[in-house]
Amino acid sequence: MEAADADSQWKGRRAQPFLIRLAHWLNIPLLLIMAGSGLQIFSAYPALGARGALYGWYPWQGKAPPTWLRFGGWLAGARHWHFALGWFLIGNGIIYLIYMGARGEWRRRMFLPGRDSRNAVLMMAYYLRLRRAAPPIDFYNGLQRLAYSSVILLALVEVLSGLAIYKPVQLWWLEVLFGGYDSARAIHLIGLGLLGLFTLVHLVLVALHPRAIIEMITGGKRG
Amino acid sequence: MASEMTRRRLLVAVAAGSALAACERMAVGSGFLESLGRWNARVDRFLFGPARLAGELPPTATTPGNAFPSYFISDDMPFPPAGWTLKVGGLVARPTTFSLDQLQQMTRIDMRVRHHCVEGWSAVASWHGVRLREIAEAVGADPHAGYVEFRSFDSGYWSSWDRESALHKQTLLAYGMDGENLMPDHGAPVRVYSAVKLGYKMVKYLTEVNFLAEPSGGYWEDQGYEWFGGV
Repeated sequence: MEAADADSQWKGRRAQPFLIRLAHWLNIPLLLIMAGSGLQIFSAYPALGARGALYGWYPWQGKAPPTWLRFGGWLAGARHWHFALGWFLIGNGIIYLIYMGARGEWRRRMFLPGRDSRNAVLMMAYYLRLRRAAPPIDFYNGLQRLAYSSVILLALVEVLSGLAIYKPVQLWWLEVLFGGYDSARAIHLIGLGLLGLFTLVHLVLVALHPRAIIEMITGGKRG
Repeated sequence: MASEMTRRRLLVAVAAGSALAACERMAVGSGFLESLGRWNARVDRFLFGPARLAGELPPTATTPGNAFPSYFISDDMPFPPAGWTLKVGGLVARPTTFSLDQLQQMTRIDMRVRHHCVEGWSAVASWHGVRLREIAEAVGADPHAGYVEFRSFDSGYWSSWDRESALHKQTLLAYGMDGENLMPDHGAPVRVYSAVKLGYKMVKYLTEVNFLAEPSGGYWEDQGYEWFGGV
């Protein structure tokens, strides 16, 4: 019954509906500027941990990121870019999530452990060449769903940890949630690293499956 | 273009080398950033709860030794002129000059809170001083004075604040730090210290406090840093 419903749901719908494509491509300039301005801000104090209590685990204390990765010119310029475009990125994310919820898109995109765990493990085994054949794939494979769901969670962590260090006193409950100001700041930077890693893997995989790129441009065939 | 540059303060913030290198593009960018800056200033003010207190921290949280950074804009460390006094004026019923002794005779507040620098670092010290709120009452600050300006003997370093933040319970005119008299590197004899603003708003080497009807910018604010600068 549910399966039949789910099948008929995609009738006439493109693989990548317009709003999803729009949100996807808007993310690129927005994330680039957020990352660049974020690293410019970080360069003003390129260390993690409070003054006199730097974190021992962070290997690059005092080392600023290279200039070509930064955006905004200087601290104040980067702050203006970061705090301006942050709203657009949040807005883009909210529209995307509402659309995905309202149109049921989450069902074919998000990772549902009961449905997707086994498929994700088999897919990983296939990528690692431990298994000859790829497991059966419907819209996305389990690993894709896991990656696309995790990155949404990661985006949420970035927004909330960012707000925590933006207003640590007024939004004190967010600061507490992330274990304090300096810890929230570290999480905000680690989140950027993970987003970068996601993007790298994403680029490699879509380069191996170029049909995905075409679909993200044209929308693909109607189902 | 030249008039654009003088008109738009934020251009300075962008000019230093954004990747949108062409001049025309920068003017557009600054207009965009300027209006979003105004929006963010409203957000900043909206989020600020005049009665919300920053958490006080235990003595063990204190930043050790000389790790609490200090800075001034003068070439050399500013020392208070002989016979230093603090002038409190502007829109007040009784313009008053305070000596350090007089300030120290008012209700002493001790607080240990986290300091947030615009650069991203934090540090902790305990601060000893008198609430600006008490001084405002003493001089009869006009309720129509929506802004408070702080001036210093550090080569004219200054800042202006919204009244609500200035009269917050955790905004002090501090004459002591970590149980000692305030040292010259941290703004002796008296500096502004607040739990609800970024470091650059807290004027050191204080000479004047003026209650104003309009904000008067600030040393860093005029170069592009956010005027409200709340945390």
